Amino acid sequence: MNFTWISSYWPLLLTGAWQTVCLLVISVVFGFAIAIGLAFAQVSGGRLTRLLARSYCTFFRGTPLLIQLWLLYYGVGSLLPMVPGVRQSLFWPILREGFFFAAVSFTLNYAAYEAEVLRGALLAVPKGELEAGRAFGLSPWMLVRRIWLPRAIRIALPTIAGEIVMQLKATPLAFTVTVMDLYAVANKVRQDTLLVYEPLLVVTLFYLALTAVIARVFRSLEAQVPVRR
Amino acid sequence: MATTQQGILDLLSPYPPGWGGVLLAGAVSTVAISACAFAIGLLLGTGGALGKLSGNRILRLLLDLYTTLIRAVPELILIVGLYYAGTDGLNRLLAALELPPVNVNGFVAAVAVLGFVQGAYMTEVLRGAILAIPVGQIEAAKAFGMGPVLRFRRVLLPALLPNALPGLANLWMSVTKDSALVAVVGYQELALATRLAGASTKHYFVFFLASALLYLAITLVSNVVFKLIEGRVRRGQPRLA
Repeated sequence: MNFTWISSYWPLLLTGAWQTVCLLVISVVFGFAIAIGLAFAQVSGGRLTRLLARSYCTFFRGTPLLIQLWLLYYGVGSLLPMVPGVRQSLFWPILREGFFFAAVSFTLNYAAYEAEVLRGALLAVPKGELEAGRAFGLSPWMLVRRIWLPRAIRIALPTIAGEIVMQLKATPLAFTVTVMDLYAVANKVRQDTLLVYEPLLVVTLFYLALTAVIARVFRSLEAQVPVRR
Repeated sequence: MATTQQGILDLLSPYPPGWGGVLLAGAVSTVAISACAFAIGLLLGTGGALGKLSGNRILRLLLDLYTTLIRAVPELILIVGLYYAGTDGLNRLLAALELPPVNVNGFVAAVAVLGFVQGAYMTEVLRGAILAIPVGQIEAAKAFGMGPVLRFRRVLLPALLPNALPGLANLWMSVTKDSALVAVVGYQELALATRLAGASTKHYFVFFLASALLYLAITLVSNVVFKLIEGRVRRGQPRLA
C-alpha cells in the first residue's frame, strides 16, 4: 500500500469531494421539490396529470441512470447547439459543462424515486387528521402545507435517508461525462501513478464517511418529534 | 420531415447499415449478464443467509463484513475495483502456479462482479424471508424427522419464496440496470453498443432514446413475469385485502 500520492493530489481530492457533494445536494434539493409535485399529481390529480406523473416515474425508474445521463449529455447536448440563439446566450458556458447535464439527470432520476416514496407516505397520513384540518376550515393549500405534507415527510424520513444514500452512491457516474468528481480524481490518480487500489480505497472511505453523516443527520431529524412506541 | 423520419427508421433498422441489430444484440447480452449474475447472486445469497443463521460466530462475522461492505460502497467503484482486483488476483494465482496469464473474458468478469454484488443484497433479502417463516413450521419438519436438505427443499424454500419474491424482483431490476455500468470497464452490452452507434452516426439522441426504451421494455416484461411467479408461489394462500 502506497499513499504518498495523497501529498501531491490532495487539492484535487478536495475539489473532487466538493463536486460530489454539490451534485448530491443539488439533485436532492431540486429532486425533492419535483417529487412533491409528482407525488401530489398521483395522489390527488386528475386523470391526465396522474397518467403523466405515473409515466414519468415508470420511465425514470425503469431505465438505468447511466443511459439517462448519456441521453442528456450526448443526445440533448448534441441537439442544443442547433437551437438558434443558445450559443450566444448567457447560459452557454454552463450548458456546455458535463456538470450541468449530470446535475439535471441526477435531479430528474432522484425525483422519480422520491415521488414514489412520498406517494406512499401521502397515502399513509391518517384520514382523520386531514378531515380534522378540513373541519377547522383550512383551505386545500393550507391543509397541504400545514398537515398533509409535513406529516407525510415525517412518515417517509427513514426511507428518504436511504434514498439519499442511494443517490450518493450513484454520483460517481458523473465521471463518464467529464465531471471532475471524487471518483474521477481516483481515476486520474490511477492513470498517473498506476496505483489501482489505494485511490479507490481513499474515495470509498470518503463515501462511507458521508453516508455516516447522512445517517446521523436523519437520526437527529427523526428525534425532533418524540414518537410513542 | 419525411426524410428525417425515413432516416431514423434507417438508423434503427436491424440490418447493417442500420444499428438496430447491434442494439438488440446488446440488449440480449444485457439480459444474459443480468440473468447469470442473478443466478450466482442467488447461490451466494442462499449460502450467505443460511450461514448467517447457522449461529457460527466467525462465519457470521465474515458474512456481516461482506454484506455491509458491498452495500455501503458505490456500485461503480465496486465494479471497477473488483474487475481489477479479480483479474489481477487470478493472474497472480496463475503466476504462483507457474501457468501463463490469461485474459479474462469480459462476459465472465461482468457476471462474476455483478453476481458477487448481488449475493450481498440477496443474503439480506433471503435472511429476512427465512426469519419471517413461523418457527413452528420448521420445528414440525424437524419433528417429522426430515434431514436438513429435505427440510430446506420441502418446507423452508416454499415458505420463504412468497416473502422473498418482492425483494428478489427489486434486485433483478437493479441488476439489469447495474449491468449498464459494465460499459465503463468496456464490455459490450446495451449501454456501450448504444454509445458506439451514437458515436459513429452522431445521432446520439435517437440511439439513447431507443436503448432507454429497450431497458424499459426489459423492466416492464420482468414486472409481468414476476407477477406471474408471485401468483404461483402464493397459490393456496388467502388473499390479503
